[in-house]
Amino acid sequence: MVFPKLVRRENASLPVLIAAPFVALAMAAVSNLVLYATIGVDPAAVFKAMLIDPFTSYFSFSEILLKAGPLLLIAQGLAIGFRAKVFNIGAEGQFILGAICASAIPVYLPQASGIWIWPTMLLFGVLGGLAWAAITAFWRVRLNANEILVSLMLSFIALQLLNYLLLGPWKDPMGFNFPQSVMFQYDALLPILLPGTRVNVSLILALLVTVAAWFFVQRSFAGYRLEVGGLAPNAARYAGFSQSSAIWLSLLIGGAAAGLAGAAEVAGPVGQLQRSISTGYGYAAIIVAYLGGLHPIGIVFAAFLLATLYIGGDNAMVSAGLPIAAVNVFQGSLLLAYLIASTFVRRKLVWPQGARP
Amino acid sequence: MIAIEFILAGMLAAATPFLLAALGELVAERSGVLNLGVEGMMALGASVGFITVYSGGGHVMGFVFGALSGMALALVFAFVTLGLHTNQVASGLAIGIMGLGLSAYFGKPFESFTVTGLGKIAIPGLSDFPVIGGLFRQDIVVWLSLIFTPALWYVLKHTKLGLLLRAVGENPHAASAIGYPVILIRLSAVAFGGLMAGIAGAYASTIYTPLWADGMIAGRGWIAVALVVFGTWMVGRVFLGACLFGAVSLGGIAAQTVGLAVPSQLLASMPYIVTIVVLGIISSNRRLVKLNGIASLGEPFEK
Repeated sequence: MVFPKLVRRENASLPVLIAAPFVALAMAAVSNLVLYATIGVDPAAVFKAMLIDPFTSYFSFSEILLKAGPLLLIAQGLAIGFRAKVFNIGAEGQFILGAICASAIPVYLPQASGIWIWPTMLLFGVLGGLAWAAITAFWRVRLNANEILVSLMLSFIALQLLNYLLLGPWKDPMGFNFPQSVMFQYDALLPILLPGTRVNVSLILALLVTVAAWFFVQRSFAGYRLEVGGLAPNAARYAGFSQSSAIWLSLLIGGAAAGLAGAAEVAGPVGQLQRSISTGYGYAAIIVAYLGGLHPIGIVFAAFLLATLYIGGDNAMVSAGLPIAAVNVFQGSLLLAYLIASTFVRRKLVWPQGARP
Repeated sequence: MIAIEFILAGMLAAATPFLLAALGELVAERSGVLNLGVEGMMALGASVGFITVYSGGGHVMGFVFGALSGMALALVFAFVTLGLHTNQVASGLAIGIMGLGLSAYFGKPFESFTVTGLGKIAIPGLSDFPVIGGLFRQDIVVWLSLIFTPALWYVLKHTKLGLLLRAVGENPHAASAIGYPVILIRLSAVAFGGLMAGIAGAYASTIYTPLWADGMIAGRGWIAVALVVFGTWMVGRVFLGACLFGAVSLGGIAAQTVGLAVPSQLLASMPYIVTIVVLGIISSNRRLVKLNGIASLGEPFEK
């Protein structure tokens, strides 16, 4: 047996960099369709339901945009941290805290009206996500604790906090004992952007955040300092950049973006605080961030793709009888396939001399 | 008093999933590989183990298939991180998400089904003591874990294999220079980690709480990863940490038996809160972490 060897390229390959997400999608799609066939689900039907049907009607296309909004917001925030090697894995918890804090206004002031309500809710969401992420930042900077573990534990706690509120003090008294809050009043809901759909102004916010992220990463000195602080702490210290502030900034940006996304979800399509406000957006956004190459523009496309998989997965569940967990399998294998494909950006396979057929 | 008796009796069984998964991760990390997919490997082991037992395969086969499924995921992780030099953090997360998804995917038709657990084996005499007697009535897997833990400690501390593992984790280039197969050793260590996570999952779903429910691992795999840090990569301390978490996860039920009026969600959060607090205390002792930490942890090895 002769194995090819993996060697470093002299220069990173741009074509591979651009092709990697598409190759990854193809690899993940093929392997998952094979998996579906093993449990007797028709792969062709799943393929059609998942990747074609979502684009065949205006409404289902708008649903993709609706799902893409929170993914885009969270992923832009996370990617800034990931570039600086700060691994905030707890966006799910920051999202939930954002949703909880935003909901406080309509829950305690159900009669209030005025144009100030939904913007204030979004602000509360940002602050909630920020505060939750600040715990992780404090633990990491002051106590030297691993941010992956702390942020993730905080996500589990956030979910319990949500359960507590919905089963206790915030439960809708008229809600037939369902674990959900009151339905929010009209002024607590985000204005609709595309008539006839559920797409609201949060999509514009997500795009604005994208532009801001692009400027921050590509054009600002603060962004540069952050990246150096994470990548080369010693060099950064020598240059007078602090690693602690890189960690604080990364986590606070990530928390604020996730909190905003959580607020936009309760004030948007959901319209109340529920147990199921987050269908794993915080985890899916990690995949979005990597799949987009941690680049603000790449992330836009990646968010759109993952949103398509969510909508397509729902379709396939109804029309092809696919278990909904299949979407998670697909997401995980997509990330793995992307990591595999992007190996070849900086490396190539070389066959030992004379062994090539 | 009843609460203490209750915790003493159940602590070891509750600790076992944490312990087995953490010991597997400890071996992987000692070789210099950080596998964050433990939660997913445990979930898959739990799902596959449960399906095997439910389908009449018996507990032994449940453990075998659970272990193999955890190891299969670990081998995928090893292939991409060791063979293709992908980022270990991102790859571990991908494996974790896949494992959780696969466990739910395969487990879907078995949701909320139950199987029969295993009976307890009591040590005659000791198990008749008041209060502490329950400590000496455990199922076979707990007893085996109690034998396995010191055995692993011995292997890591006093055998050539343990020395090799440590050498590869501390300085892979030096180990490679004197002729040790770094990649092969890391591959074996990661595979062992997956095997243990699979066994831990199968124990959780077929003996500890003999039922399948999507999401039943509920962060225990992540706590196992944290336990390795708590234990500063030492077997004995990881064991103590696992016992602490076993006790904490029973604390909720114990608190209710003594009539403490605390919201159940707070009690359910206790393992996570304790993880955060202990992680802060241990990690803030930078000298301790630096002294016992693995020098090459998370870094890819290339000749």
